[in-house]
Amino acid sequence: MTDARRAVGVIMRATFLAAVLGFFSLPLLWLASAPFDAHPTITASVPSLTLANFRSLLDNPYVLSSLRNSVIQAAASAALVVVLAALAAYALSRVRVPGRDALLYVLLLLSSVVTGTAAMVPLFELATRLNLIDTHLGVVLTLSGGLLPAAIFILKDFMDATPTSYEESARVFGASPLQILGHIVIPLVRPGLATIAVWAVANVWGSFLQPFILLRDPDKAPGSVILYTLYTEGGSPRLDLISTFSLLYSLPVVVMYVFVSRRYGFRFHGGIKR
Amino acid sequence: MRPALAVLAGAVLALAACGTGGGSQDDGVTLTITSNAISGGKNAETADWTAKWVIPKFEAAQKAKGRTVHVRFQPSGVDDEQYKTKIALDLKSRAGADVIDLDGIWVGEFAQAGYIKPLTDVAGASVDSWEGWNQIPQAVQGLGTFDGKRYGLPQGTDGRVLFYNKDLFRKAGLPDPWQPKSWQEIVDAGTALKKAGVQIPIQLDAGTAMGEATTMQGVLPLLAGAGAEIYAGGKWTGASQPLKDVLNLYRQIYTTGLGDPRLQQEAQGRDKSFAEFAQGKIGILAESDYFWRSVVEPKAGVAPMQNRDAVVGYALIPAERPGAGIRGQDFVSMSGGAVRVLNPNSKNPGLAWELLSFMHSAEATTSQLAGAARITSRKDVNDTVLGVDPMLKFVSDKVLPITAYRPPLAVYPQVSVALQEATAAIVSGRSVEEAAAGYQSKVESLVGGAAHVAG
Amino acid sequence: MSRADPAVSPAGLGRRRAVGFMLPALVLIGVFLVFPALWTIYLGLTDYRLTGLAAADPHVVGAANFTEALGDDRFRSSLWLTVQYVLGSAVVGQAVLGFALAWTLRNRPGPVKRITEGLVLLAWILPSSVVAFLWIALLDRDEGTLNAILHTPGTAWLLDHPMSSIIVFNVWRGTAFSMMLYGAALENVPPSHLETARLAGASTVQQLRDVVLPRIRGHVLTNLLLISLWTFNDFTAFQITAGGPEGRSEILPMYIYNVALSGGRLGFGAAISFLVLLINLVFAFAYLRILRGRREVVVP
Repeated sequence: MTDARRAVGVIMRATFLAAVLGFFSLPLLWLASAPFDAHPTITASVPSLTLANFRSLLDNPYVLSSLRNSVIQAAASAALVVVLAALAAYALSRVRVPGRDALLYVLLLLSSVVTGTAAMVPLFELATRLNLIDTHLGVVLTLSGGLLPAAIFILKDFMDATPTSYEESARVFGASPLQILGHIVIPLVRPGLATIAVWAVANVWGSFLQPFILLRDPDKAPGSVILYTLYTEGGSPRLDLISTFSLLYSLPVVVMYVFVSRRYGFRFHGGIKR
Repeated sequence: MRPALAVLAGAVLALAACGTGGGSQDDGVTLTITSNAISGGKNAETADWTAKWVIPKFEAAQKAKGRTVHVRFQPSGVDDEQYKTKIALDLKSRAGADVIDLDGIWVGEFAQAGYIKPLTDVAGASVDSWEGWNQIPQAVQGLGTFDGKRYGLPQGTDGRVLFYNKDLFRKAGLPDPWQPKSWQEIVDAGTALKKAGVQIPIQLDAGTAMGEATTMQGVLPLLAGAGAEIYAGGKWTGASQPLKDVLNLYRQIYTTGLGDPRLQQEAQGRDKSFAEFAQGKIGILAESDYFWRSVVEPKAGVAPMQNRDAVVGYALIPAERPGAGIRGQDFVSMSGGAVRVLNPNSKNPGLAWELLSFMHSAEATTSQLAGAARITSRKDVNDTVLGVDPMLKFVSDKVLPITAYRPPLAVYPQVSVALQEATAAIVSGRSVEEAAAGYQSKVESLVGGAAHVAG
Repeated sequence: MSRADPAVSPAGLGRRRAVGFMLPALVLIGVFLVFPALWTIYLGLTDYRLTGLAAADPHVVGAANFTEALGDDRFRSSLWLTVQYVLGSAVVGQAVLGFALAWTLRNRPGPVKRITEGLVLLAWILPSSVVAFLWIALLDRDEGTLNAILHTPGTAWLLDHPMSSIIVFNVWRGTAFSMMLYGAALENVPPSHLETARLAGASTVQQLRDVVLPRIRGHVLTNLLLISLWTFNDFTAFQITAGGPEGRSEILPMYIYNVALSGGRLGFGAAISFLVLLINLVFAFAYLRILRGRREVVVP
């Protein structure tokens, strides 16, 4: 009876996981086949193998530099977001500020306005006035501003979850708040910080509108902008180049994820307080 | 924590340093050119021509006059709408390149916004004495003209025709060369193709997913064939008889199996129609000469056809009936094209004009073609280069004299969407009356009331 | 500042120091978020356009944009589609699948867990334009991988079922976040409690309801707030369906894009953005009401 129930449970679990694996891997097939196909269509098929697409892509003067720019912008934004969000989330978590949750949520709502199409003129004018047009810094600050509220929102949950007893004893031994944050709290929430960093990188990596309107020199343009150049004058996609570039352009994010998850763990580390 | 802060501070400093780079030049003057072209990507030939021909030649010519001039090229490669947005933002904040590429259709709205000024206002009287004006046909000059003033120099133009697959025509027992004289003859050919088992006899762009292609390749040439222009005498065309005739033709094609309605709805429908024409699945397809130059072009086209010259035929778009077109024409077309304008905020407007006119000299225009044939704005250049390509010669000789242009007004893109929506309604099975009525009320709300709409 | 002072945290973080910690983030948010956001909201009160006469001389039109939007069929249908999209793909799809994955994979280290989590996360971190191509390749009518697998040639998923297609797409795209969050949340549930419940004969559903849910209520709230907000703003699906056919998958971010960028009506687009903000607020209150109990999160 219980054995039968258990067996049913095992079978159901296996079926569920198999379905999930199929569902999540199926769309990825195209990325594995098209870049190596001499005449790719939008079908994932067994390609007539070629590396010519890579060669013609590397003839494009902006491809490699765009990946470098993506790295600069994504890394700087992620660093900025993680550090500022960690500081702010820690303070918000440990000190009672009246209405802090409401304030955080309002910021979260405003961030949804700023990341939309309608905000492009204010963002552009702001960057113009601050002399940030055509600079990496302008892109980094603009994108970080949009990401910070959610990062603080999530990190505050982590900070709430860490027990305060260590901090109290460290304080008794005369540690400063910054030392306590650095030596006690940060190690506890490190997987969460890693997650936020990867989340920020993935967001910046994919964003098109802000870098596009804020940058002028294509030597500073990130991959998301360069991807859009691989079309014809009539707007038809050059699938040979696009599929190949997509692969190159996706790899760094995947490598970063693998690295971060090996090194720091990658999860919303538990123990969030009840 | 500390290391993280240090990394952050370092990153911010490094970024700030990046931001201030490229400031000081030596004493010379710097001019900037921008266009929606980028090396290795969209419109790569234009980008390469600008960087490798225009800039060195112009700098050398200026040096010969004893002036040090640096020219920079600021490439871009995005959707036309996104490019337009970026240029508008630049001009709005009084920044941007000195010489700017624009689609001719944007001239009016940019002028109305005060973003661009007539060439003579920017660069002075020397504009009017330019030798090139005599070489550019009046109609083509219209691409850069708004309210009777010249805002930009046209780069070239195009024309819409009907392309057809000669193999499929032979199979269906249709003549080659083929030149329909009325809409009925197009439908008849489509019916014959269908009988012969052709999958998609006629591809006439329709619906909103095709975007401006629906308007330019489909509705507007047909409307011209029914004797109406979309904007004439200060009024927009509403649900008039010519518009209903156009919608009726759409209905004929898309409800009797002569066209593939699903293809018009797909987000990538236009690209797919190109691929299907190249695979011999489409009999007749309405497009501009872009289709010949860049789509089915045997070597670098997006849907290359090795045997293009033998298989792909082309014919003028007929009026609804002979003589029923605008200006009483038997055949009609629509044209567009890009222009180059001067930035009114240029610090060196005189020099910018020298650069602009240099880019439109016969020598520069010829060089831009780099051996490929394409319809330029200059008669002298067309006469020498178009002999290479019979299709483009056909467009230049037969199509351009009968063509028409879109009104360069800010509200046009929205009227265009309303037209696309009307065809979308037909494709999804609604009646002509219903689609026309929907269009009428939409266009009234767009252009400020029924007083601005001719019914 | 004595230890008894309630304003001082266990780490000795006084109000002043706390403000110092928050200041950098607040400055950045103030300049690059609050300021442009308020500006955008202001633009929503004008007839501002990118080009044409209204660009040269914009006028304040008050609530005209809002009344126009609310009276517009296209906006209303877009709003309704967006609600379907958020409820279907985020609240039901991502949250449920994410929880199911977290529940199934809990306490089960090994390659199956690593590979599953890796694939789910891959879908989350790939750049959106790449992801769009992947899904077009999957769902294409003529040559799509799905039709090849199901032997259903010619089925136009994106035309016949545009909303279902992008909902499934967004489940694929965003489940990772819910999976991670619930994975962390489930660590809060003592295994002994579950064991006790199981021995007492409680079914899985009963265990979830009586033992698990009360302990993860706060996470459910955090998760729903965030994924709803993100889904409301998700633009990736635009590259898959372009809002078509005939606007049948035109969710609000696409509507705003079409109005503001393609149509150049920046004032009107900004007004819609503000309406989206208000709708998000309504959702937040609804979640709070349903999950009332533990946290005081949003009480504006």
